[in-house]
Amino acid sequence: MNINDFISAFAEEFEETPEDRFRPDTVFNQLGEWDSLMSLSILAMIDEIVGKRVTGSELRSCETIEDLYNLSMNK
Amino acid sequence: MSNRFLLKNKTILITGASSGLGRSIAIECSKMGAVVVISGRNKERLQDTYDNLIDPGKSQIVCDLTNMDSFDALCEELPQLDGVVMCAGVPNSTPVRHISDIIMREVFEVNAFANFKLSRFLIAKNKINKGGSVVFVSSVASNRPYVGNSIYSASKAAIDSFAKVLALEVGYRKKIRVNCISPGIVPTKANDSAFSDDDLANQENKIPLGFGKPVAIANGCIFLLSEASEWITGIDLVVDGGQLL
Repeated sequence: MNINDFISAFAEEFEETPEDRFRPDTVFNQLGEWDSLMSLSILAMIDEIVGKRVTGSELRSCETIEDLYNLSMNK
Repeated sequence: MSNRFLLKNKTILITGASSGLGRSIAIECSKMGAVVVISGRNKERLQDTYDNLIDPGKSQIVCDLTNMDSFDALCEELPQLDGVVMCAGVPNSTPVRHISDIIMREVFEVNAFANFKLSRFLIAKNKINKGGSVVFVSSVASNRPYVGNSIYSASKAAIDSFAKVLALEVGYRKKIRVNCISPGIVPTKANDSAFSDDDLANQENKIPLGFGKPVAIANGCIFLLSEASEWITGIDLVVDGGQLL
């Protein structure tokens, strides 16, 4: 999976945030829609699409979408 | 001196004893004089619990309750019991839109069906002595919704209902008591959740008595297992530091 596919899947979890807000360097926890439910959804999405179990603390260690992509792919 | 809060000479089975609450419940029961039989999936961690038990009559059975062969082996080895604490369970935090059939099955297999099957076996084979006590470890989650908890909460609510019916079925003749204990938030390992340490601190501040320790849950179980609770059946003992207030 390349980073663009990952970003698309990431963006699909959101309902109101415009698509152009999702870039590799997007600091995801600054997005208006980001909350605890969204963080659980992102973890579930990674499990489904990448096939990797990322933990909550690993998610919290990431700042940008690219950080999360790299962490997921390197697991 | 007789103390009806003790578990002296009582043989107690604790499932899910290889980690978290089950580990603590097993150890505390052994401190109260119980002959403790523990089961759990992880051999090394179960051994660690076993090494921390006090009573010389203790025994351990490595068992995955969701595996039929493993389950049958456990049933074969079990002695007559005066009490059971059904603590085997798995957590799950998946938003509804992401729940797969696999997740549904896995969580219910362990949290609900394994406990139901063990109950069926224990009752059908008369493994629980007259006047014995069964304790299901439920959760405040069965009554308090939280995002991501749908399947977990539902599995615990299933236990709550099952326990009440079982209490009715085994109360009249055998005088076996069946109760649930519903723990609130009891951290048993480092924070690995989707919540930051700050989020957790905020959450803790909203609970009158803060987060709990495993021993607080174990003490509740000991009460429900002991003769001190001889006239209590079909209840849900909430041990949550006031979280549900």
